[in-house]
Amino acid sequence: MAKNILIKNGTVIDPANKINGKADVLAIDGKIAEVGNVKTQADIVIDAAGKFVLPGLIDIHVHFRQPGDEEEETIASGSAAAVAGGFSSVVCMPNTDPPIDNDTSVEYVHRMGRQARKTHVYVMGAITQGRAGEQLAEMGFMAQAGAVGFTDDGNGVQNAAMMLKALKYASMLKNVVVSQHCQDNSLAGAGVMNAGYNSTVLGVPGIDPLAEEMMIWRDVQLVRKTKMRYHVQHISTARSVEIIRQAKAEGLPVSCEVSPHHLLLTDDACCDYDTNYKVNPPLRTEADIAALKQAVKDGVIDALASDHAPHLKSEKELEFLAAPFGIASLECALSLYIKALIEPKVIDWPQLIAMMTYQPAKIISIDKGTLGKGKQADITVIDPNFEYKIDVNKFRSKSKNCPYDGWNVKGKVEYTIVGGEIRFSSREN
Amino acid sequence: MKKKEFIWKHKHLIGLRELSREEIEHILDTAAGFEEISTRSVKKAPVLRGKVVVNLFFEDSTRTRTSFTLAANRLSADVVEFTKKSSSVSKGETLLDTAKNLEAMGIDIVVIRHSAGGAPKFLSRNINACVVNAGDGYCEHPTQGLLDVYTIRKMKHSLQGLKVAIVGDIAHSRVARSNIYALTKLGAEVILVGPPTLMPAKIEQLPVKVSYSLDDVIGQVDVINMLRIQFERMGANPFPSVKEYSHNFGLTVERMQKAKKDILVMHPGPINRGLEIESEVADGPNSVILQQVQNGLAVRMAVLFLVNQGAMVKK
Repeated sequence: MAKNILIKNGTVIDPANKINGKADVLAIDGKIAEVGNVKTQADIVIDAAGKFVLPGLIDIHVHFRQPGDEEEETIASGSAAAVAGGFSSVVCMPNTDPPIDNDTSVEYVHRMGRQARKTHVYVMGAITQGRAGEQLAEMGFMAQAGAVGFTDDGNGVQNAAMMLKALKYASMLKNVVVSQHCQDNSLAGAGVMNAGYNSTVLGVPGIDPLAEEMMIWRDVQLVRKTKMRYHVQHISTARSVEIIRQAKAEGLPVSCEVSPHHLLLTDDACCDYDTNYKVNPPLRTEADIAALKQAVKDGVIDALASDHAPHLKSEKELEFLAAPFGIASLECALSLYIKALIEPKVIDWPQLIAMMTYQPAKIISIDKGTLGKGKQADITVIDPNFEYKIDVNKFRSKSKNCPYDGWNVKGKVEYTIVGGEIRFSSREN
Repeated sequence: MKKKEFIWKHKHLIGLRELSREEIEHILDTAAGFEEISTRSVKKAPVLRGKVVVNLFFEDSTRTRTSFTLAANRLSADVVEFTKKSSSVSKGETLLDTAKNLEAMGIDIVVIRHSAGGAPKFLSRNINACVVNAGDGYCEHPTQGLLDVYTIRKMKHSLQGLKVAIVGDIAHSRVARSNIYALTKLGAEVILVGPPTLMPAKIEQLPVKVSYSLDDVIGQVDVINMLRIQFERMGANPFPSVKEYSHNFGLTVERMQKAKKDILVMHPGPINRGLEIESEVADGPNSVILQQVQNGLAVRMAVLFLVNQGAMVKK
């Protein structure tokens, strides 16, 4: 049974309930009991003076590599990283080995998540069997088993008719979203970084921004026909933003997310062939970053998602062409968003927290992301001004492929409370 | 002469993009000094005696490899050949493992050719030996760029103000890139010629002109460098047929009528006769294709000599 917890004297930011001010938060029996001036006593009292008290953060895009690549990450190690990063809920992507493309696999991920006893572990199933893009996966069974959505992440569904079928079929299922890693392979070719001046002088094949934009545009047309809820993963280009902006203006059920690296880094970072900057979609240009930030500000982008993609040092210590795509950033993601969006005053704190709590919760249809009375007590307490240097060697994640190593950032996670239990405390770590 | 005081500081030759005009000229001047060795009856100088050079080739090569081997031999170095078919490296021994193993055997200079752009740079960060790039992906082929400007300089005395056309598959050509850097740094004007499907992204951001018509360009240039069509690198056909390509971009006898009388015709080899260049032109009076090969030897001797010197300076 969860102990009762009282968090006193903090600044509560709960955008879903339009709260932004000094208040205490009381959790009883794993549920939010009261937010305000609390007089009740509790088993555990946390003094949060000078701290922010937030709904537990939600990351709807992580790779925990289990089953199949447990040397890179496990659901247990990834979950430990999640709570250290302030995340009380995460959504695992299905591009494991074998892929999560059936209900048994969905249940397996859930079970491993429960056993890890850190964060809530959700999962998206594959749209197609084996993520091969040829035959629908059993989306109905997976939805019954609790999959929050579907994606062939790592691949986009290449065939338009197949994607149309997936959207149509999924539209009869409740509380799921169809999500897409938008990349037209015929345009992306063998590309390993953004196609541009840098890829030209580095002499490696580029990925044309069109590869992303064409698939988003195509899918928007399919969404217009099916009215199925559709989510674009990790958008990276200025034109992608415009396509989604128009789709939303038209009232289509489209949402999207952006990852920290696409807000902070450009393809200039690849100039020394450092494979820690090899990521898919690739790092783009300053103009793209500016457009993405504007889209965050305008609300065109709904959620912030790390796309935490752990890889072994030995896998990344290869030629740029040969190394795998991905950046591991779950444990420092909050600090990265602060650097990208709060420090340059793109948005304010309530807007940031909205994009990390109830907005992503809405995309995956879970009743989370707020401190409303009676909700499950998922709470994150942070010191927003605490400065520190990112040190990958302190990561709980098994992988250290993080280009932000050594960066000076702000924002320290003090407590991550999940279902009324303290699952992470900076004092014990 | 002020130039004589120049001290070479690099222990690697990764690319020409990062070299200054002075550095490139210093390599060319050094090469000129080595050219004479090849004319001796005993074609050797003892400058790299006791040093070990490894030819680490992950891609097929005949002339570059032979040229490096000969160059090392003439400088009295011991040469080890190491060939590995380029396989994408995630399985089996990695490039890093291979290099570290070689280093454990006590080598001084690695000459590397690799299908991945950036492989030599990667290697240079991870081992102590000197690294010389013999071609990486479509990034750079610095010794080819050097021997090309060396050849032009020898024939035309200076590159300042010369117009040079580079014709063909610019997108997938490391030779083109190294040539662009060397030529523009030495004061030449570069015009890239080929179909738009063989131009790389944002090429206009390099200090070059781009033309899609060889006929428009042929009359203006002092040098024309015909790139080999590399079918193996192109992927899905970037032009409809070889016939149409040759028609538009092949250097034919007919086209040569419009060229300047003293135009230099160059080609990095091996040539596809009748495809990008007609035999009569390749073998004709304006062709310096074999001089390029000959000069390559002196340039590579200079490079091996200089990186070794650079390693000494570093110590």
